[in-house]
Amino acid sequence: MKNITKSFGKNVIANKNVNLDINKGEILSILGENGSGKTTLMNMLSGIYCQDSGEIYVNGNLVSINSPKTAFELGIGMIHQHFKLVDVFSATENVALGLSKSEKFNKNSIKNKIIEICDKYGFEIDPDKKIYDMSVSEKQTVEIVKVLYRGADILILDEPTAVLTPQETKKLFKVLRKMREHGKSIIIITHKLHEVLALSDKVAVLRKGEYVGTVETKNTNEKELTEMMVGKKISLDIERAEPKNTTDRLVVKNINCINYEGVKLLDNISFTAKSGEILGIAGIAGSGQRELLESIAGLQKLNEGEILYNNPKTGEVDNLRDKTPIQIRELGVRLSFVPEDRLGMGLVGNMDIIDNMMLRSYRKGKSVFVNRKKPKGLAEKIIEDLEVVTPNAKTPVRRLSGGNVQKVLVGREIASAPSVLMAAYPVRGLDINSSYMIYNLLNKQKERGVAVIFVGEDLDVLVELCDRIMVINSGKITGIVDARNTTKEEIGLLMTKTDSLDTQGGEE
Amino acid sequence: MAKTAKEPLIRLSKKDGVSEVKAWAYRGVAVIFGFLFVTLFMYIVIGMEPVTLFETMFEGAFGNSIYLSSTIVYATKLLCISVALAPAFKMKFWNIGAEGQLLAGGLATAIVMIYLGSSLPNWLLITVMFVCSILAGAIVGVIPAFFKAKFNTNETLFTLMMNYIVINLVDFYCNKWRGKASSLGELNMATRAGYLPNIFDSEWALNLIIVLILTILMFLYLKKTKHGYEVAVVGESVNTAKYAGINVKKVIIRTMIISGAICGICGFITVSGQDHSISSLTTGGGYGFTAIIVAWLAKFNTIQMIFISLFIVFLEKGTELISNTNDAFDASASKIVIGIVLFFIISAEFFINYKVHFRKKHEA
Repeated sequence: MKNITKSFGKNVIANKNVNLDINKGEILSILGENGSGKTTLMNMLSGIYCQDSGEIYVNGNLVSINSPKTAFELGIGMIHQHFKLVDVFSATENVALGLSKSEKFNKNSIKNKIIEICDKYGFEIDPDKKIYDMSVSEKQTVEIVKVLYRGADILILDEPTAVLTPQETKKLFKVLRKMREHGKSIIIITHKLHEVLALSDKVAVLRKGEYVGTVETKNTNEKELTEMMVGKKISLDIERAEPKNTTDRLVVKNINCINYEGVKLLDNISFTAKSGEILGIAGIAGSGQRELLESIAGLQKLNEGEILYNNPKTGEVDNLRDKTPIQIRELGVRLSFVPEDRLGMGLVGNMDIIDNMMLRSYRKGKSVFVNRKKPKGLAEKIIEDLEVVTPNAKTPVRRLSGGNVQKVLVGREIASAPSVLMAAYPVRGLDINSSYMIYNLLNKQKERGVAVIFVGEDLDVLVELCDRIMVINSGKITGIVDARNTTKEEIGLLMTKTDSLDTQGGEE
Repeated sequence: MAKTAKEPLIRLSKKDGVSEVKAWAYRGVAVIFGFLFVTLFMYIVIGMEPVTLFETMFEGAFGNSIYLSSTIVYATKLLCISVALAPAFKMKFWNIGAEGQLLAGGLATAIVMIYLGSSLPNWLLITVMFVCSILAGAIVGVIPAFFKAKFNTNETLFTLMMNYIVINLVDFYCNKWRGKASSLGELNMATRAGYLPNIFDSEWALNLIIVLILTILMFLYLKKTKHGYEVAVVGESVNTAKYAGINVKKVIIRTMIISGAICGICGFITVSGQDHSISSLTTGGGYGFTAIIVAWLAKFNTIQMIFISLFIVFLEKGTELISNTNDAFDASASKIVIGIVLFFIISAEFFINYKVHFRKKHEA
């Protein structure tokens, strides 16, 4: 009865020609790695963005969703990953917030209607409880009730289980199934395969903004979905030299990191990075890769554990834990860090290439003035060596394309002659050529005896480039494998290996 | 629920990189439009002919030596405050407290003038006044910075509140000093102790030179020094700054000390070099806020601030004469004129940064 077809053609390729349709009383999963455009797609459906081309049909009518309000009117409600609730209000008051002006504000009638909705679908919620007193799962319930109250028939949930314990997830799924029985259409964004298989009727897979296809859940399995998600094997030819004279350069012992919400970002991580070797880190985005690298770089506080660095110059062992980036530098530890968020962290977008060159080295020398001569030379050298496409060295980095931005960043980090080089998603958004250039740079560093840590998303590349691959999931190591004797499938399974072994989710 | 599909009527997209020359062309066009609007406004409201309007404005700003020196005095003050705000705003620290920092410097100057005026030789007195004004401005400036760095408080509110504290402190001292007199009057009138010397036979030349030197120093500080580089990085992205190993807290505190100190110097030159008195209007009547506009329009480039401050004071002094000679046009109307022109200039920034797409008429 209800069909939404949607196709886009976006230049930025956040989404490219995506087609989706969902029927009444159906649960559709949207599966894809981070950055594959799931959230962008849903934001267009819920009126936050406007598509550049393509059409959306609701109940067979062509519609244009210009604002979240229009989306509501069409019966589309989105539950965002980050809740949009007013902390000091009660559940009832939060629900009342989004009501139309014509509706009378009567707390009691709203409350009764909320209780009605809860009974119908099996929610458990206290309408008078203030949001700040609520657990994450309760807050999520309020969000869902809010959307249902406004009469949504199509619910979009953006990674709803990311913040839930296994028990809470079960409860949520029960409710969702009940809603399906009542004829609601549910779209759920996730990258957890077992959830997809357990819950949904259909699965739509996105990869790098492109629509791969939709399959019936009952006709598929984890392996097929992984393949769709990660993509068909592209034959890559990366030269991989045998590691030579490896010594333990960085020894990470039992590090733990808990954020202010009490979620374990890093759970008892231990590993060794050796010189002259590339250690790959695989895992679904957001599994703790960023926190791991940032803790080694001195940007993330740890709750437990130690990071030992064998200084090749002095032969001494230094503990990097709880040191600032500056202290780590002063110790003679050379960590070159290509952070995930290139323009938000690794580079200053509005500054030119020269100024960005000196970001980590401008302090050198006693003069109060900055010396732009050396950075200028370096900038020109990097532009030439790495074939950076730019009008000149004085162009703001923001104006370069993604690949060129990355070359500038990696070039600068390598120029500081590191002994440990950490690169997080260095080829994200790059074309094949630029990617290969980055791989070659990493390989050269490895041959020079640098301990390279490479966080990647493309399993093919990880398998071909790295010497060893460490797989993490939800902040825990699920396996360290020899890259020469492993398969993509093995890593993929390790990446999604969860709850069966995860016994501590509900405790705390 | 049969809604027809329509693209939004107007859609905006961000422009990437407009050259500096082009950006100034946009602003120039905006100024012209602004003035066109102003002439229309003036013609309708008081029936003033456009030619008379511009004649009167130029007359009011540059017409004779009294008008001219007034324009220069005010432009100097506005420039000085803008220069003081430049590093803070470049760091994206919204220092709304220039009024308070300036008055703190002025008050410190006046206190030293009154209590030490008769006991110190003039050169030493002026030195003490200078140092105290810097300290006072810096202290008022650094308090919000300290809390921002330590507890991430909102600097906009904090600096704004500091204004009220200092303004009332100034009022308190003024009331105390004036005794039964109707106003404070010139301090140390008989001895001229603590007065900055007149050079080139004018009261404003020394102030102007001091401020121009500060302008150039600040330009160099922001563009050429390591400190200036740190300020820029922190302003662009705190995360990047941390990644680069910059001590963000230290930079915030240091920058606000500098910003406050220059405001303090502005108070010093105003009290010691110009007014020889103090009141809550020593700031030029809200120049601490006007300077924010100057700082933004100049994109924190202090050399550009010279021209922008002059332009704004030109508008102010020009319209002041119109209101003095026209009964139908009082002082608040002159603020309207300035508002109109500034509004046009600021809207130019919008067109510099964004491109407007209208809905195309297809398959209609």
